[in-house]
Amino acid sequence: MSNYYDSKDLAKFGEITTHQKEMGEKFFDWYGEVFKDSALSAKEKSIIALAVSHAVQCPYCIDAYTTDAYEKGFSKEQMMEAVHVAGAIRGGASLVHGVQMMNKAEKISM
Amino acid sequence: MATKSLQALGHNLADPDNQIAFFDQDETATSFYEKIKTYGFTPLKPDQVEIFQVNMGKMCNQVCAHCHVDAGPDRKEIMTWETMEQCLDVIKSIPSIETVDLTGGAPEMNPNFRPFVEELSKLGKQVIVRCNLTIILANPKYHDLPAFYKKHNCQVVSSLPFYKESRTDSQRGSGVFKKSIKALQMLNEVGYGKPETGLELHLVYNPAGAFLPPPQEQLKQDYKEILAADYGIVFNELFSITNIPISRFLNYLVKSGNYVEYMTKLANAFNPSTVNGLMCRNTLSIGWDGYVYDCDFNQMLDKKINCSGQHLTDLPIDELTSREIYVNQHCYGCTAGAGSSCGGEIT
Repeated sequence: MSNYYDSKDLAKFGEITTHQKEMGEKFFDWYGEVFKDSALSAKEKSIIALAVSHAVQCPYCIDAYTTDAYEKGFSKEQMMEAVHVAGAIRGGASLVHGVQMMNKAEKISM
Repeated sequence: MATKSLQALGHNLADPDNQIAFFDQDETATSFYEKIKTYGFTPLKPDQVEIFQVNMGKMCNQVCAHCHVDAGPDRKEIMTWETMEQCLDVIKSIPSIETVDLTGGAPEMNPNFRPFVEELSKLGKQVIVRCNLTIILANPKYHDLPAFYKKHNCQVVSSLPFYKESRTDSQRGSGVFKKSIKALQMLNEVGYGKPETGLELHLVYNPAGAFLPPPQEQLKQDYKEILAADYGIVFNELFSITNIPISRFLNYLVKSGNYVEYMTKLANAFNPSTVNGLMCRNTLSIGWDGYVYDCDFNQMLDKKINCSGQHLTDLPIDELTSREIYVNQHCYGCTAGAGSSCGGEIT
């Protein structure tokens, strides 16, 4: 493997059905259903997907949902705020474990 | 940011033949003709003419990065009064024409713009002016344009690519957003965009880059809320328009490495239910020199109407509805998603 990620592979996403057709198709049906207008709008789901893409650090998802967010009418400022939300949760997730550290430290301290 | 037209730069894609040659060798998407053939739309034929769209010239005070006309201050091709009189003759001879849509370039820069609007007004036609907004502030002689539009009950259709300064200026040039906001306020001052006046002011959104436009209705609400809250601006409708891959926008796509992805996206988003509502089916597009085309995009590709006469002076009116409309890969831009026309979404 000369490269682990290739942007052209995003267009081949559908090929994951190759060796497991039924499961793959069920995934894409479910995926399509998830992003429809429902209790949340398709626009709201798009900005959530952009934030999650950064939280899970998926370059394919970041490409796809940056374009999608533009096509849903979001501004760069709104999109960057969504990235900060992802960053804040990731950072907070680390920091909140500081309580566990302090609890343990307290327990083993005289 | 572009400062000169492709023509002034001597660019290869300034020549319509080279754009057609580019499509001919491109294998990104199925041929558009073959695509619509599978749905039974070939030969693509028009309905009766309702909109007479006049390109009054390629001269413009702006050099927008996406401009399909390749317009700009360095373009000197503008319509003569003689050709405008030929337009008036043809309009009189086709009773189904309800609307005359004036575009450019900046149509107001044509010295005969005002007399032409006055004559059209006398004919009782609805006149649409595609005003780029900044022209109103470009020179004191244009400051009274809002009052002139009002006098002739012109419908004003103006591009504002986004409600944020940075994205608008990246497409239309530095400082364009602030001037556009000022011009919109001047139009509001004479009554444009206010429902009770009947003076219609419509905005046009087109993407500032290689992506498709958002759904029109949702975007309209965002524009209305933000423009009202931040600048006190009101308008009637928002037309969401897809960028067509010809001329300067084609050059941008190729240069930025976005062509294949954009074209694939357009082709994958092909929506057969847009075909019957395509603007080429109820519009005649007139070039600055009086030649006649199916639409403004075919005009820029120099593909004249498929009739025995192709100029205002020898236009065979009885052949118009039986002619075949010229299509090529650029047509995917009008059929993607909800479709795209000069009046926004089709479906």
